[in-house]
Amino acid sequence: MNNSGPSFWTTASSTLHFMLSSATPVALAALGGLLTEHAGIMNIGMDGMILMGAFVAAAVAAIAKSALLGVLAVIFLGVLIGLFFALFTVKLRSDEFIIGCALNTLALGLTGYLADAWFGLDGIRIDMTIPAMQNAYFHNINVPLIKEVPFLGDVFSGHTAFVYITWLLVIVMWLFVYRTPMGFWIRASGESPDTLRTAGKNPERMKWIASILCGVFCGLAGASLSLGKLNCTFVENMSDSRGYIAFACVIFGGANPVKVFLAALMFGFFDALGDQLKVIIQSDLPYAYLVNAIPYVITIIMMVYVVVSGQRRRERIAKQQLRKLEQK
Amino acid sequence: MTDEIRFEHISMEFPGVLANDDISLSIRNGEVFALVGENGAGKSTLMNILYGINTPTAGSLYVRGEKVTEFSPKAAINRGIGMVHQHFMLVPSFTVAQNIALGREPKKGKVLFDNKKAERLTRELIEEYGLEVDPSAEVRDISVGLQQRVEILKTLYRGADILILDEPTAVLTPQETDELFEVIRRIVREKQMTVIIITHKLYEVMAISDRVGVMRQGKLIGVENTCDVDERKLASMMVGRPVLFDHLEKTGDPGEVAIKVDDLFVADNRGLPAVRGVSLSVRRGEVLGIAAIEGNGQSELLEAITGMRKINRGRVTVCGNDATGKTPGEIRAMGLSHVPEDRLSTGVDKVASVTDNLLVGRQKEKRFNLFGFHQRRSTVERYASELYKKFDIRGAGIHTEVGSMSGGNMQKVVVAREFSFDTPVLVISQPTRGVDIGAMEFFHTRIIEKRNDGAAILLSSADLDEVFRLSDRIITLYEGKITGEFKADAITKEEIGLYMTGTGEGAKA
Repeated sequence: MNNSGPSFWTTASSTLHFMLSSATPVALAALGGLLTEHAGIMNIGMDGMILMGAFVAAAVAAIAKSALLGVLAVIFLGVLIGLFFALFTVKLRSDEFIIGCALNTLALGLTGYLADAWFGLDGIRIDMTIPAMQNAYFHNINVPLIKEVPFLGDVFSGHTAFVYITWLLVIVMWLFVYRTPMGFWIRASGESPDTLRTAGKNPERMKWIASILCGVFCGLAGASLSLGKLNCTFVENMSDSRGYIAFACVIFGGANPVKVFLAALMFGFFDALGDQLKVIIQSDLPYAYLVNAIPYVITIIMMVYVVVSGQRRRERIAKQQLRKLEQK
Repeated sequence: MTDEIRFEHISMEFPGVLANDDISLSIRNGEVFALVGENGAGKSTLMNILYGINTPTAGSLYVRGEKVTEFSPKAAINRGIGMVHQHFMLVPSFTVAQNIALGREPKKGKVLFDNKKAERLTRELIEEYGLEVDPSAEVRDISVGLQQRVEILKTLYRGADILILDEPTAVLTPQETDELFEVIRRIVREKQMTVIIITHKLYEVMAISDRVGVMRQGKLIGVENTCDVDERKLASMMVGRPVLFDHLEKTGDPGEVAIKVDDLFVADNRGLPAVRGVSLSVRRGEVLGIAAIEGNGQSELLEAITGMRKINRGRVTVCGNDATGKTPGEIRAMGLSHVPEDRLSTGVDKVASVTDNLLVGRQKEKRFNLFGFHQRRSTVERYASELYKKFDIRGAGIHTEVGSMSGGNMQKVVVAREFSFDTPVLVISQPTRGVDIGAMEFFHTRIIEKRNDGAAILLSSADLDEVFRLSDRIITLYEGKITGEFKADAITKEEIGLYMTGTGEGAKA
C-alpha cells in the first residue's frame, strides 16, 4: 500500500473498534429494556436510568477512589430505580409513558444539580483521576491471543471490561429469556398475565423483577459511559438520548437479546462512521456537527423500516394465502 | 358416591354487589354437575371461589372433607382442581407444550427449561386421554377447539381430578361440542374425575350432566337430578317466571330485494382476505341468517355492507342505491340501520347518557334543534323517555350513563335507537350476546315484528339456535366463502355444522 496517511485498514479497524465500544452502553440498556418490554411495560424511562447510573458511578468512584465501588453502587442504585419505576407502573398502575418521562426529566435535573453542588468543577463536570484505577481491570484489556492477529486484534482487543461483559450478558440474557422458567414467566406476564396467574405465578412479581433488572442494566450502561474511560467523567446529559436509542433497539430486535444486540451494533457503527466523517470533513466547517445526528436519523429510518416491513410482510402473507386459497 | 366438594353458606360480596348469597351445595365424586344461570347470576364467582381466585366473604368450603383455608389458584391446583376459563388462559406465542408446562416446568440441570421433556410429558397425556394436538405447535396457530384441548390438558398436567369448565361450548361448532362431551364422559368414566360445567345452554345440560344447580341473582335456586327436569323447567327456574319458547309467528310474503351483494372481496385488519367472493340478496319481509364460526368473514362482511370497512372488489346495493365505498352515514341515508357486533366499541358511547345515545343519528332533525345549533333538550328528553318505555330499558332513568348498565340494557339502548329509524333494511350482528334469557325473548320478538312489517333483515349470530329461530333462509360462511344456502326449516343444526366447517360438500365429494 503506497498511499500516505492512515491506510484504509487502519481507518476500518479503528471505526469497528469504536463501533464496539460505542454500542456497549446502548446494548446494556437495551438488554434491560427488553425485559420490561417482555413484561408488557412500555419503558421510555431508560434514558433517565442511564443518566443516574452514569452520575452515581462517577460520583462514588470519585469519592471512594475506586471504580469497582462505583460499579457496585450503580448496581444498588439500579435496584432502587427499578423498584421506584415498578412501584408506580406496576403497583400504583400509573401511566407508563408519564412515569418514563418523569424519570427522564428528574434524572436530567437531579444529576446536573448534584454534580454542581457536590463537585462544582466546571459547573457540571466531574473529571477526576482515580489512582486505584490506573492499573484496574476496567479499561484497555488486551485479549491474549486475539491482540496478536493483525486486523482483528485492533478491532476486538483493548476494550473496557464493560464491552466484554456485555457480550457475555447477551448470551446469558438469551438463555434467561428463552430457556429458563423465569424467562417464560416474564414473557407470559406481558403477553397474557391472567394465564400466568392461573398457573399459580404472580405476574406483578415478574413485572417487578423485570423492572429491577432493567434498572440494574441501565445503571451499568451509565457506569460504562462515565467509568469506561481512563478517568471517571460525568457531564450534564451524558446519556445523550442513548436510552431512547436502546428502546428503539428493543423494538427493532423484537426484544430478542441477540437481535437487540445486533441493532445496538448497527447504531454503534453509524456513530463510529460519523466520528470518522468528522475527521475527514474537517470539524471547523459550519455543518460538520451534523454528522452527530447520523445515529438519530438512523433511528428514525429504522423505526419507519420496522413499520413498513411489518406491513409489507402482512401484505405478502395475505397475497400468498389468497393465492393458496384460489388454487384450492 | 361421596362429597367431593362442599360449599357451606358461602357468600361473596364485591363493593355494592352480593354476587353469591349464602350458598350451600355439595358436588359428588365422579359426577358431571352443571351450573346454570343467567349472566350475573353468580356462577363464575362461585367457581372462582373454588379455584381460589376469589376469597369468600363468609362461609366455608370443603374439598374432600378438608376445610379450605388458603384461597389462591396455586393452592387450588395443589388440591387437584383445574379450571378451563371462558376466555382461554393461554400464551399465544408459546407452544402447546410450553403452555401446558407453564408454572410447573420440567428442568434440565436445575436451571434451564427442558423443552424436550415438556413435549414428551404432553405427548404422554395426549395418548392417555385421547386428546390429539401437536405439542410443538404455537398456540396462536391452532384452532379454538384445539386450544380448548390444550386448556384441558393443562389441568390434567397439573394433576387435576376436579375439572371446572366455564362456558366451554360458547366458541365451539356442534361437532367440536360433541367431541368435547365425548372427552368429558371418558374422563369421568375412566379416570373417575369430577366435572363441573358452567353454561346457559340448557340442551347441553340435558345432554351431559348428572345433576344440575340453578342460580339466580346470587342465590342457589335449586339442585335437581338432570333426569327429573326438562329445559322448560330449568329456564323458568333461571328467570324466576315461566319462559315461553313460543314459536315466533312469521307472516307475510317476501317482497322486493333490498340488500344485494355481488362478488364481494374484503380484507380483515391484518390485510388478509376475509370475505372472498360473497354474493347474496335479502328481500323485504325476510330474515337471512349467517351461520359461521367466529373469524370466517361474517364480521367483515357486515362491516363492508354497512360502510365501516373498505371493499376491495364487488358491489353492495341497498334499496336500489349503489352503496359500494360509501360512508356509513350515506348508507344509513339509503335506508339501512345497523346493530353492530360489539356494542361497547361501536354501539354506544359508554360515558354518554341514555338520552344522548338514543339521539345519535337524529341530531340534525328539525324537531330536535333550533337554527341548527341549539338542541331542544326537553323535546329530546321526551323522545328518549318514549323509547325508554317502549323498549323496556331498565336502569336509573334516561340520564343514566350507558357504561354503567348491564349488557342486556345496553343492547336495548342500541336496538331502540336503530329500530326507531324504521328503515327498510336492518343489519343485525350478535343481537343477544351476553344477554339473559328474558331479554333474549324480547329481542327475538322485536326482530320478528320488524320482519313481519316488511324489513329486510340480515342477521349474524354466534348462537346457532338463534339463527335457526329467527331466519327464513340461512347461509353458511367458511373462510370467507358461502358454502351453502338453506331454507331454515329444511336443515338440521348438525348438517349446518358440517357446512360451517367447510366439510359439507367435501364430505360428499
